[in-house]
Amino acid sequence: MNILVCISKTPDTTAKIAFTEGNTKFDENGVQWIINPYDEWYSLVRAIEIKEKDPTTNIHLITVGGPEVEPIIRKALALGGDEAIRVNSNSNDSYVIAQQIGAIAKQGSYDLIMTGKETIDYNSACIGSMLSAILDLPFVSLANHLELNGNSATIIREIEGGEETNEVTLPMIISCQKGMAEQRIPNMRGIMAARTKPLKIVEPIATNAHTSIKEFSLPPAKTGVKLIAPDQMDELVKLLKEEAQVI
Amino acid sequence: MVLIYIDHSEKEIKKSSHEAISYGAAIAKQLGCSAEALILGTVNDDLTALGKLGASKVHQLNNESLNNFDAKVYASLIATIATHLNAEVIVFAHNINGKAIAPAVAVKLDAGIVTGACSLPNLQNGFEVTKTVFSGKAFASIKIETPKKVIAINQNSFGIQNHELTATLLEMNLPIPPASVKVTHVNKIVGEIPLTEANLVVSGGRGLKGPENWGILLDLAKALGAATACSRPVSDSDWRPHHEHVGQTGIQIAPNLYIAIGISGAIQHLAGVNRSKTIVVINKDPEAPFFKAGDYGVVGDAFEVVPALTAAILKMKHNE
Ligand SMILES: Cc1cc2nc3c(=O)[nH]c(=O)nc-3n(C[C@H](O)[C@H](O)[C@H](O)COP(=O)(O)OP(=O)(O)OC[C@H]3O[C@@H](n4cnc5c(N)ncnc54)[C@H](O)[C@@H]3O)c2cc1C
Repeated sequence: MNILVCISKTPDTTAKIAFTEGNTKFDENGVQWIINPYDEWYSLVRAIEIKEKDPTTNIHLITVGGPEVEPIIRKALALGGDEAIRVNSNSNDSYVIAQQIGAIAKQGSYDLIMTGKETIDYNSACIGSMLSAILDLPFVSLANHLELNGNSATIIREIEGGEETNEVTLPMIISCQKGMAEQRIPNMRGIMAARTKPLKIVEPIATNAHTSIKEFSLPPAKTGVKLIAPDQMDELVKLLKEEAQVI
Repeated sequence: MVLIYIDHSEKEIKKSSHEAISYGAAIAKQLGCSAEALILGTVNDDLTALGKLGASKVHQLNNESLNNFDAKVYASLIATIATHLNAEVIVFAHNINGKAIAPAVAVKLDAGIVTGACSLPNLQNGFEVTKTVFSGKAFASIKIETPKKVIAINQNSFGIQNHELTATLLEMNLPIPPASVKVTHVNKIVGEIPLTEANLVVSGGRGLKGPENWGILLDLAKALGAATACSRPVSDSDWRPHHEHVGQTGIQIAPNLYIAIGISGAIQHLAGVNRSKTIVVINKDPEAPFFKAGDYGVVGDAFEVVPALTAAILKMKHNE
């Protein structure tokens, strides 16, 4: 079983959201980078669990980014990836990133390509779906459960107001979310081993971005909370009905 | 032409697709072209009534075998049809299925895509669409540089607009690619309002102390007809199911009303709910950070405030 796990860096969840260069760039000053939680907690950990059950499994990690992502990818190796590929390209365009991952995926023979449900910075939820078009493979999104049985996968995915069980023949692409696995902390042995695990740097293929970011903005600040005394719930209901007009 | 993809489940068109049609119709008006809808599979809804939302035509691939969602098959059919109809802009709801297929359709059409859109395109300097980023903490205006465009619109961000149209229904006939996914089981939680489709949401945090205390919250949700949500530690401790977890690492929602009960308002929680139109905070600690993000606040013990609020709502409903 060969698994390709897509890893993205994102700012830490408490990072200050600010912009520079005339609000055209995210201000990375002082930002702590983490592995996108969906990639780490759900997709990568589930891949590791699959390997624990079947030690012949190979877990390859792929990330598209500059040298600054290396600590992130080392952490993913420490958690249990076998080897990693970094495509040396920085882009905010999902299509460019999916093309880079697609090019690598075409060279390997991966049975399963895993992504997180979305990144917590751009929230685009594009890569898995785009890969399915680039590689012409089945795609199941927002999965919270995955079992492998020979060359078939049983997946539970979220639907509005419930869940659906899908059977898919490998190879395929899956995007993972909560329920799939539990967050892990790398142990000392993993951290030591990660230092010598292969991390290959490849140059990007030529491709054109389809989009560009023109400007960032912050939502208007709330004007201040209106406090209602606990024994004035009729008043609160009236405000919700007449002032806010939401009920 | 603007083509709007209509998502449905169990023979019913989803609310988020109603909004997508109105949004697509507004783009068509900007561009001076027609807004047409596309539906794969069969539904019980009257498709000509989609005119009221702004679609002049509804193209239907009327085939029962398409009632089970299959991202690969859907994306391939939608791309083929969009090409055939010469659609310039293809609109999806940024809902569960929309997220699974819109990016694949964009690749197949060589189109730039913006998902999580929350505004009409700005056509002053080309075609720019604003989307939410950093889990709702900020917005980004994205320019789509390609002739064809795909947009997935965030739920509850545009609303529904009324039109005086009757849509013409056009049935299509196309070979259906072989299924890539077999749906073996569907487990719908009956009687529950899906969180992402809900206008009203009542949410509980660790302040409720334990799962046995959720009754007061459920009563309030029932009185309002609201969906229920929770903070991450609540779902991590299995007090509530995973699918109720909202926040930066859970579901991001933007209902009209979000009532937060015993939730401190950590930055990761706020990221998932701060696009709600109105936020009510119920917390016994006046210093709880959530009050800074709230519109209305009640400083008090949830175990007293919540039943009193439920009673007040029932009283209001009774008098209506
Ligand atoms: C990487 C990362 C991602 C995260 N993602 C998320 C996420 O997606 N969603 C999320 O929710 N959290 C997330 N968190 C966790 C987040 O930081 C907070 O720990 C969490 O939101 C706190 O949950 P809470 O408000 O229910 O509990 P607490 O912070 O313990 O707050 C309980 C609140 O209840 C109040 N209270 C107590 N008793 C009563 C009473 N009787 N009546 C009224 N009020 C009462 C208290 O005053 C307090 O404000 C994340 C954290 C990290 C590090």
